Amino acid sequence: MTNAVLDTAARGRTGKRYRLDKPELLAPAGNLEKLRIAVHYGADAVYIGGQKYGLRSNADNFSIDEMREGVEFAARYGAKVFVATNIYAHQEDLEGVADYLRQLESVGIAAIIAADPYIVETALREAPGLEVHLSTQQSTMNWQAVKFWKEEGLPRVVLARETSMEEIREIKKHVDIEIEAFIHGAMCSSVSGRCVLSNHFTDRDSNRGGCCQSCRWKYDLHEGGLAVANADEHQFTMGSKDLCMIRHIPDLIEAGVDSFKIEGRMKSIHYVASVVNAYRQAIDAYMADPESYALKQEWIDEIGKAANRPLNTGFFYSKPGAGEHIYEPEEKPAPYDFAAIVQEYDEASGIAVVQQRSPFKPGMEVEFIGPGGRAFTQRIDEMTDEEGNPLTVARHPMQRIRLRTDQPVRTWDLMRKRLL
Amino acid sequence: MLIGESRFGMRLPGDIGDSDIRGAIARAHELGAKAYVSADKLFRNDELAGLPDYLRLIADAGADAVVFGDPAVLMCVREAGVELRLHWNAEMTGTNAATAGFWGRRGAVRAVLAKELNEEEITSFVRESSLEAQVQVHGMTNIYYSRRNLLQSYMDHIGREAHIVDLGPDRGRFLAEAERPEEKLPIYEDANGTHVMSSDDICLLEALPELLAAGVRSMYIESLLKTEAYNLAVIRGYRAAMDAWAADPEGYVFREEWLEAIREHQDPLRELSFGFLYKEQVY
Ligand code: SF4
Repeated sequence: MTNAVLDTAARGRTGKRYRLDKPELLAPAGNLEKLRIAVHYGADAVYIGGQKYGLRSNADNFSIDEMREGVEFAARYGAKVFVATNIYAHQEDLEGVADYLRQLESVGIAAIIAADPYIVETALREAPGLEVHLSTQQSTMNWQAVKFWKEEGLPRVVLARETSMEEIREIKKHVDIEIEAFIHGAMCSSVSGRCVLSNHFTDRDSNRGGCCQSCRWKYDLHEGGLAVANADEHQFTMGSKDLCMIRHIPDLIEAGVDSFKIEGRMKSIHYVASVVNAYRQAIDAYMADPESYALKQEWIDEIGKAANRPLNTGFFYSKPGAGEHIYEPEEKPAPYDFAAIVQEYDEASGIAVVQQRSPFKPGMEVEFIGPGGRAFTQRIDEMTDEEGNPLTVARHPMQRIRLRTDQPVRTWDLMRKRLL
Repeated sequence: MLIGESRFGMRLPGDIGDSDIRGAIARAHELGAKAYVSADKLFRNDELAGLPDYLRLIADAGADAVVFGDPAVLMCVREAGVELRLHWNAEMTGTNAATAGFWGRRGAVRAVLAKELNEEEITSFVRESSLEAQVQVHGMTNIYYSRRNLLQSYMDHIGREAHIVDLGPDRGRFLAEAERPEEKLPIYEDANGTHVMSSDDICLLEALPELLAAGVRSMYIESLLKTEAYNLAVIRGYRAAMDAWAADPEGYVFREEWLEAIREHQDPLRELSFGFLYKEQVY
């Protein structure tokens, strides 16, 4: 991956400089199916968790064989696979790190995302074929620290989520290194790694993946012995709204961010597909013609269809205030629910075979979506099982169902149903 | 003693600015004590500007070490061209000896161990590490740190005029979660952000012989959010115990009165606990 070459970039008609190299869109993949979806919907790279040393101890997590399969699949699209090995190790975790890293290297993993300097230096020494990216868990937000890690031999630093756009520009000015920044998804409201609420409340170690999101619980704030506000809806919380930078793609590209990272290894296929789809289109549109780039409402809508979480721009433009925290019930139901995934399509008959992921039935209004923003809405007319028996409802998970689509669809397109 | 100011350090019980730090260090030396200066915050670009000069100042004033967490401090020590002993303190993330070794090879001589380690982990950390080990033996610990102004935001949310309210450490604010009303977590805001502290005070006085035998070099007492009388009682208790152990490790006996003197000053709403010393954590 090349670094952002701002100085040698072309000048547009306005005399403004534009970047020639395209930033990477980096998506989470909680399992093999999500990896395929993320890549198919346009991620340039995906990051996954292995069975060791990762921070999502309850995500599906990949075995070494699954990693190999994932790498092969991604390679067909020219995409890369990174593995998060971002725990802060305790003494008992140290053994076996080198072996594990060599295994990752041997199955073609392109990079690890590491926080603990011991894992960083072990990878540099024992698995030189792996790139080492410094995890956001190191909370790096100044250029001197970035320069330190560059001198240690790291090609990329994932900045702390507390870094502003202006600070990113300044870091890029001082240090020639790839910068990865979170652009979408849930955020710790604490400085990464600097929260042990879970350790205290439940003896679960957040820095080894045991976090139980205690920051999102409700607390009473006491002052002079009294609770400041009594009503339930006004309780104190540390929960942050999710990050969403879809409206600010040009700023991110011009600031020199090399990799746009989407959070969410625990998120659904539907979420990954729609978020990747939206950002892919925005980045491509900007790169194709920066001067006539315009934000499209449909990208914003697309993001809102899979999840209805309160969103904000984090620290990019100013320090988050009251509006950036969640004092109300945080998640409203999403307006659409993932119903099925397209597995086959026969052009002659216009019949698709879809695999059921949640119940649907004839008469229902559904929307099909595919990479590049392809989308259309239709009503389901008749549908049958694979043997051709008519069905009044598709109620079995993973069942293969035949139905007619109004427009051509492709394998891995998603079918979703309107809820609201 | 650990001193400094919030421009560079984190959660200090008070600020000792440029003009006073020289005197403070000199006074510590007169009394036969060492003076370490805290520069252990995570820096933003614009907070780096004064750092090289500050490092020159404290080196010149004879600081016995500078405490750092952000590698930017290492870069600035080089840039400033000063000789300073380096203590590595990554707070919650100082969890293993191999990582301490990494910082050791880059100049650190002391590692501050995470407070979330248990006895077995501390023992093996100290055994495997070539750096001196510092362990917090008493006081509250920080359990959550944010760069956000969470109190200010909350006051705004409920419509209180936050700018006329002091949100700092001395106001006795605490959080309580519905299912654990007895756990009162102090919370305050300063220039570095919002800090939430533990509901209990670590007290490892009874475990001192084990820590000393394990080779822990420095027993740290956190004085933050405590009265002077309390801190005096605590320092006296640990001093007495450590002196007794040093004089005769074999014949050492724990004296209940050391602890009693601390208990006398202990806030009844805050438990004295062994922290994570005897805990097993899962993940
Ligand atoms: S409790 Fe919240 S802030 Fe703390 S680690 Fe978990 S998600 Fe992050």
